[in-house]
Amino acid sequence: MLEGLMTTLKSMFEKPVTIQYPEQKRPVRARFKGRHVLKRYENGLEKCIGCALCAAACPADAIFVESAENTDEERYSPGERYASTYEINMLRCIFCGFCEDACPTEAIVLGDNYELSFTSRAESIYTKDMLLEPVPPGGQPTPQRTPAGVFTRSVPEMKDPTD
Amino acid sequence: MVVKMVSLTIDGRAVAVPAGTLVVDAAKKAGIDIPVFCYHPKLDPVGMCRQCLVEIGRPLIDRATNQFILDADGKPKISFGPKLETACTTPVSEGMVVVTDSDKVVAARKDVLEFILTSHPLDCPICDKGGECPLQNLTMRYGPPVSRFLFDEKMHLAKHVPLGELIYLDRERCIQCGRCVRFQSELVDDPVIGFSQRGRALQIVTFSNPGFDSIWSGNTTDICPVGALTTADFRFGARPWEMNASASICNHCAVGCNLTYNVRREAKAGGKTVIKRVMPRQNEMVNEIWLCDKGRLAYHYMESDQRLEQPLVRKGGELVPAGWDEALNLVTEKLRSAGNRMVMLVGGRLSNEDLFNLGELTEAQGGQKLLYSYMGGGDLVSRFAPPKGSNLGELGAGSVVLVVACDLHQEAPLWWLRLKQAVKRGAKLIVASARPTRLDKFATHVVRYAYGEETRTVAAFLPVNVAGAPQVIQSAAKTLTEAEDLIVIYGSDGLYLEESTALARTCAELLLKTNHTGKVNSGLLAAWQNGNLQGGWELGFRTVPDLAERLEKAALVWVAAADPAGDDPALAKAVRRTGFLVVQELFLTETARMADVVFPVLVNAEREGSYTSGERRVQRFYPALPPKGIVPEARPDFAIPALVGEKLGIELEDHSAALVMEHIAAKFAAFAGINYQRLAEVAEQWPPVGGSDLYYGGTSYLNRQGLGVTLSDVLQGESLLNPAPIQTTQRQKPSADALPVYPIQLLYDRGTTILPSALLHERLVQPAVWVHPTTAAEHKLQSKARLIYEGEAVEVAVLLSEQTPPKVALLPRSVGLLGYWLEA
Repeated sequence: MLEGLMTTLKSMFEKPVTIQYPEQKRPVRARFKGRHVLKRYENGLEKCIGCALCAAACPADAIFVESAENTDEERYSPGERYASTYEINMLRCIFCGFCEDACPTEAIVLGDNYELSFTSRAESIYTKDMLLEPVPPGGQPTPQRTPAGVFTRSVPEMKDPTD
Repeated sequence: MVVKMVSLTIDGRAVAVPAGTLVVDAAKKAGIDIPVFCYHPKLDPVGMCRQCLVEIGRPLIDRATNQFILDADGKPKISFGPKLETACTTPVSEGMVVVTDSDKVVAARKDVLEFILTSHPLDCPICDKGGECPLQNLTMRYGPPVSRFLFDEKMHLAKHVPLGELIYLDRERCIQCGRCVRFQSELVDDPVIGFSQRGRALQIVTFSNPGFDSIWSGNTTDICPVGALTTADFRFGARPWEMNASASICNHCAVGCNLTYNVRREAKAGGKTVIKRVMPRQNEMVNEIWLCDKGRLAYHYMESDQRLEQPLVRKGGELVPAGWDEALNLVTEKLRSAGNRMVMLVGGRLSNEDLFNLGELTEAQGGQKLLYSYMGGGDLVSRFAPPKGSNLGELGAGSVVLVVACDLHQEAPLWWLRLKQAVKRGAKLIVASARPTRLDKFATHVVRYAYGEETRTVAAFLPVNVAGAPQVIQSAAKTLTEAEDLIVIYGSDGLYLEESTALARTCAELLLKTNHTGKVNSGLLAAWQNGNLQGGWELGFRTVPDLAERLEKAALVWVAAADPAGDDPALAKAVRRTGFLVVQELFLTETARMADVVFPVLVNAEREGSYTSGERRVQRFYPALPPKGIVPEARPDFAIPALVGEKLGIELEDHSAALVMEHIAAKFAAFAGINYQRLAEVAEQWPPVGGSDLYYGGTSYLNRQGLGVTLSDVLQGESLLNPAPIQTTQRQKPSADALPVYPIQLLYDRGTTILPSALLHERLVQPAVWVHPTTAAEHKLQSKARLIYEGEAVEVAVLLSEQTPPKVALLPRSVGLLGYWLEA
């Protein structure tokens, strides 16, 4: 019995393993797959070109994309095509990360956010506005007015394709 | 004609094909794939892309005996050339040995693909062709995984070049196969695009004004083996794999082209399912694998926000929305009191099922079944049309086609294309028309007459009259009398209803007198302006010359899919005076505005049904859009008479189009044995398209939903030429200086179902009369003139056109104008 009380006494002075969520949050692992983020280039243009390969790769059919054409007067992304509608149904998503793998421009990334809650099915659909990351410092929001003949490539030239 | 067969060996498999077949086709028939880019089974081979390289060996022949030299085993010695040969330009020969899977061939294919990809941008993610791209598919199958060429040396060219307002070119993606250029110059005789520069700098350019001025331009996007050519309509619309496909039939002209609607649910359209694009569906008996741009792009009326949404009933002089019950009850009550003083006027946009139900209701009432068309003679077409088994695609040496009063290029584009191809195969073509048409170039005889002389000109071909006829007619008459098979196609170029009825009768007489009836590939065809006018004739509807009078006298007029008031001021007056007007329509047309009750109906993409084409082929269309989609309250046309019939105690099918077809088959002899199962039957067709064969025939859809059934032949004979020759009314010239005005039909008309497609607006016909500059000067016509119709004159714009014959004025139909005379 004393032995048991000893254990209790010892553990009283140990550092607790529980953390006070949500006041305290644990950092996620490098490969954690949380809520999707649609990335931007440094100048603020969206990386997403509306190719819908993520939707094609999605095993849960959670992604819906509609695309439209960029112009230099109203440019959302480099190249000709951008996503005019981008929706992910978070109720369907299984966070497998296939979308990330399929993306030719590394536009969609499964981020760190795991705090997804909604009270209706309609709320579970995350639209493009909700998914797009904020404009980086020094960048412009989209649509941008851009000089002609600069942003002609949809898919950036990758220096090292294995990266 | 006996076709000589040639036997050869492809990859160890013995194959027998007709002499003259190309190795690539012979392999395809044996189920062996040889990849191609520039070759297309409907075009002449050029051997530009080198993708089809194979090893070909031929047996050695002893020059002295002209026999094969045999080896020790007694088999012919085969000599293989030192180089690979292009399978697409090499015709088969006896004893040939083809190897398509040796290491040498595999390496060559890989290298050619590596070359082709040296300047291809590989922007598949944003390319509209991605997913149905021959280059993509063949690279995956035969290409190298990596390129040895430097990425930085890729050509960077313009990616957004509008060739016209309909077609966009991406210069980077082009692999210079020339399919589009060859299609335009060889197949459809519109050489408006071509190659500029050479080598790597080779580019497609257009040299017409407006750009890419061709009614066939959409087809180049189908046969383009990469995403270089895309339609403005579908640009970035959706990815090919995201869309569902549904089979349908085009109803814009008499040809009845088979097509496929690609549909998708869309956020942009508020979550509704919409049509994203129209693609051809193979039917080698009808449209092969082509579609004209009108058929491809004029579908936007279906999702127009102008469509009628609920029944309208006139209350206190205004049309106000009402419930179905209220509207149906009102119509039932009026029908009861109208009794047999009822007139049913139907248009050619309705399906066979709609026409049948509307007709049955009318017959039960004892009313009149009238067809709204400015062309007559459909009853003669029923009797004299080419019988079952006829195919314009089979006409060749020995066949003669007479085209009268018809600009087929504008009125039935696919027939024009198929006749042109028939001439290439050796058929003879006689064109009789008052003005130059696009068919003249291919005709063996061109007979020019003055407007108004159509019937007399055809009558001159008759054996009894030919002796006194001019030389060109005599020689043409000889050609057609001697023909093995003769097809006569008549149209309505410059003709009103009575004149075209008379013309049809003379054409039928010509067939009868030259013994060209009841034979396959011989008969009478009419270039109707709508998809199912022939169906109207088959189901007992008739045109009448005194339509206005009948409409005016009727106690109740029921108009379905026609807009007489919008087309003709005299009919508008009659419609206004009629007792009670019921209209079932898609849009609030001029006629619908005058109606007492208006019913909203569904478009063909929202429902099932069938059309009878100008060749009397019954073809089925399927629902592409979900029910309660664009217009939730609307109903199919056939349901409305059935619902009214129910209240009147007339039993009609209101729900299933398939059951209506069974009723049709039971009642009309020509339809006997036709049901929806038979209409859905398919057979293997050449060339193979769809599936993994995209590289071969383009992105046309394989026909899995039915090739259609030709209506049964009706007995023929001289008595069937009744009624007797038709007397046409002479119109009084209002003044000595007045120019006679003749109506013509153009492809891009201003019809209710064309106008909502904004993309076509630049090409639509303008409301103006066409006059030759010299004639205009003689008659002192300025930019405006007075168009006289039934004693009333309206002001109309005058367009000077060199194509117009002298001493007449031409007025395109559907522009909302009508007139017999033109005055300064």
